[in-house]
Amino acid sequence: MAVDEISVGGLGARVKRVEDDRFIRGKGNYTDDFKLPGMLHMEILRSPYAHARIVSVDTTKAWAIPGVHLVLTGELMAQRNLAWMPTLSYDTQAVLATDKVRFQGQEVAAVVADDPYIAKDACEAIEVVYDPLPAIVNPSQSLAEGAPLIRDDKDGQTDNICYRWEVGDRAMTDRVFERAERVVKLDCFYPRSHPSPIECCGSIADFNPATGKLTIYMTTQAPHIIRTAVALVAELPEHMIRIIAPDIGGGFGNKVPVYPGYVISTLASILVGRPVKWIEDKTGNLISTGFARDMYFHGELAIDHRGKIQGLRIDVDTDNGAFFSDAQPTKFKVGLLHSAFACYDIPYGHLTSQGHYTNKAPGGVAYRCSFRVTEAMFFQERLIAAAAQDIGMDPAEFRRINFVREFPWRTTYGMLLDSGDYDKCLTLALEKLGYPELRRQQAEARKSGRYIGIGISTMTEPLGAGNSREFDIIGIKMFDSAELRVHPSGKAVLKIGSKTQGQGHETTFAQIVTHELGIPSTDILVHHGDTDNTPFGMGTYASRSTPTAGAATSMASRKVRAKARKLAAHLLEVAEDDLDWELGRFYVRDAPQRGATIQECALAAYTNMPDGLEPGLENHAYYDPPNMTWPFAAYLCAVEIDPETGVWEVLKFVAVDDCGVRINPMIVEGQIMGGLAEAFAMSNMQFITFDSSGNCIGANYMDYLLPTAWETPNWELHEVVTPCPHHPIGAKGIGECACVGGPAAFVNAVVDAISHLGVRNIDMPVFSGRVWEAITQQRDVAGYPPLPGH
Amino acid sequence: MEVKQITVTVNGEPRIVEVEPRILCVHMIREILGLTGTHLGCDTTSCGACTVLLDGVPVKSCTLFGVQTDGHELTTVEGLGWPSELHPVQEGFKEEHGLQCGFCTPGMMLTSAALLEDNPDPSEEDIRWAISGNLCRCTGYQNIIKSVQWAAKKMAAERTAATA
Repeated sequence: MAVDEISVGGLGARVKRVEDDRFIRGKGNYTDDFKLPGMLHMEILRSPYAHARIVSVDTTKAWAIPGVHLVLTGELMAQRNLAWMPTLSYDTQAVLATDKVRFQGQEVAAVVADDPYIAKDACEAIEVVYDPLPAIVNPSQSLAEGAPLIRDDKDGQTDNICYRWEVGDRAMTDRVFERAERVVKLDCFYPRSHPSPIECCGSIADFNPATGKLTIYMTTQAPHIIRTAVALVAELPEHMIRIIAPDIGGGFGNKVPVYPGYVISTLASILVGRPVKWIEDKTGNLISTGFARDMYFHGELAIDHRGKIQGLRIDVDTDNGAFFSDAQPTKFKVGLLHSAFACYDIPYGHLTSQGHYTNKAPGGVAYRCSFRVTEAMFFQERLIAAAAQDIGMDPAEFRRINFVREFPWRTTYGMLLDSGDYDKCLTLALEKLGYPELRRQQAEARKSGRYIGIGISTMTEPLGAGNSREFDIIGIKMFDSAELRVHPSGKAVLKIGSKTQGQGHETTFAQIVTHELGIPSTDILVHHGDTDNTPFGMGTYASRSTPTAGAATSMASRKVRAKARKLAAHLLEVAEDDLDWELGRFYVRDAPQRGATIQECALAAYTNMPDGLEPGLENHAYYDPPNMTWPFAAYLCAVEIDPETGVWEVLKFVAVDDCGVRINPMIVEGQIMGGLAEAFAMSNMQFITFDSSGNCIGANYMDYLLPTAWETPNWELHEVVTPCPHHPIGAKGIGECACVGGPAAFVNAVVDAISHLGVRNIDMPVFSGRVWEAITQQRDVAGYPPLPGH
Repeated sequence: MEVKQITVTVNGEPRIVEVEPRILCVHMIREILGLTGTHLGCDTTSCGACTVLLDGVPVKSCTLFGVQTDGHELTTVEGLGWPSELHPVQEGFKEEHGLQCGFCTPGMMLTSAALLEDNPDPSEEDIRWAISGNLCRCTGYQNIIKSVQWAAKKMAAERTAATA
């Protein structure tokens, strides 16, 4: 008898998470929890200025403080050729500033001491003389005539442009727009945000002078890439570097890049020959590490009289901060922004983008998204909403008539959609929201001066980079890996190249093995995050774990099953061809009662293997996905605005997600609800801005607002399943969909509520003040001054 | 730096601790007492990752000095429940998937446990208000609410069983 898949914790089982057992007891192992013998503590001195020449750095007083072991400056780093490091986007970034500081919070010096309190005291004792320069805080200023050159360190750099990129068919798109029956335009701004996991970044570098081995405990989502990067930057032999990413207190893309603190603590440990711990404080995290968004959008749609979109033009300006250190695949300078409008059938499109250096923190990380996909889908759904409003068509109907309906489908910007049933998702969402009734209520309410709005956001996004043909980071192809070893008693250990930060890999990846082999998930231990003990992988971000490492887990399991078949044939004394597989067991086709379980095969692999068969039952797989996976989501939101104050409240939120086959529905739902909360945050309160001197506003949790349980609404979730045709178990990425598609649902709802007043756009965050301004002035409210030329 | 000796009951056990007056309570708990289940999140009393119970009341240990706990009782996540048995709130968080990365969880659970001590049958609104000083970036809160409701239900059932 086959084992029952759900009862052994296979695909579709709502298995309770194994990682919870340590977390609910306070027994997690986060980077800051490790205490190594002889460990010292490092603190970083940061620049108070956004742009200033460094005249002098005097560390005399810091050295004099008892308990101080080392004071590092840019000059000392430069002596070891480590004052600058390469970024993941082929730019350079200062590790410790030498010539000038280029953003507030930039690393200027570091102190290593007996404890963090002494290290902080010593940082304050360092005397730095700055010569302030004018600060540039947006692309408009960076383009202005006479603007100071931020990157005067780079040979040949004469302006503040950090990249230009384009994709699509310019000539054909121009022709479509020349002949267009109707052109709809929208300018909007996606403000700078910070992923802000509750745990900040940190590392413990432990260089052992006796063995030459360097071990670094680090808050990283991608330990293997870090190992290679450290090997290249520090010119250390890669086999002598061990990166351990222990439990991570949230990542959301913030923990993908290489930060100066990691590099400085590593050099410090090498210099003092003792472990050096660096744990960032919240302000350090918010003002210096990978930000997200900060993108200006100009979009146009050419629409015919039936409401069919014929052409698409997008131009974006990105504010990349002082160093171009976006964490994204090499080929794509503005991430996967060209996935915009992927779910719509648009014959011609063209996209241009240019990046700007400013005196702000670098980053451009994929904050809970697949490399700038969040911006893509937000702008897409804002422009779609504006177009429906302008042409006077119901926004659901406008989407429906423009949806892609055949698969595979090549999008207007050249990506290949794998599968989906968009209409089904939208129809289900409309039904669950009670759309027609809400529209009736909306009309009724307007008569009495009440403003109800309905926001729709539908999108498909590419998750799970690679394939390796198109995707690499610093030259390393984007695949992922798994190694499976089944022990004699039939229990197994799975090692994967990806790294959980709360997504529950230790639970769900075991479930994939269970699905393939029938070994109960409770009999499988999942290892990850330690480069000495796991196969090379690209890590966890961009919702890529299930599409890549999850697929590798399936493939490794299938290799193990193929060997188990040989063992079963031997045990049952039949030919392999006479065997069939059912979950957990091979059986003789003509005598199904005769069989060998996977556990019996495992035992035989070590105790009773046939002649000529290699002992053991283990295998590995490196999985290079043929394509990205394309989940689809329909997010619908109903809001009511208080006309007196502009305060808006969510009446109902319905989410329909199609992420293909769900491994653990409980965990999938958790990912969606978490993403929706971040989408709500983005639309409502969460942003980082700067004053004209480049001072970061939002440098701590009293200024950087994150939603609490009090303001966060409830979510109603539904599902549609369109299996991914190229993934071994039909799964698609899901971790980020809600954060990507969610923001537009809220904004569209608010704008819809007051569209009859002539309001077409309010930039995020949609503060009550902005809504009130839109209502009372009957006009759009921009979050930033428009850029020249738009 | 001068060191002060204080007496503090930690998870039911009286302890004599030598601590510099400037050391924050969260650092005393983590570094001196070695209880790393209490996390440091924001440094500004905003996120609640460092929440512990001081004489049964939730406080943010990142803006309290260690010496201020002299003569008081501290409960950390390690003191929640009993050696052989989890507190219903701990069970609830696992049962209802009330955690993901786990970083906010100890503080969130202690706040919830204190709520249920005061108010054994809280409404959804009561729960949302009670935990509004604890930030979670992963869950979207809905499952945390369910976790607390799960615990409330279990505790009510236990009380009924005890009185029956």
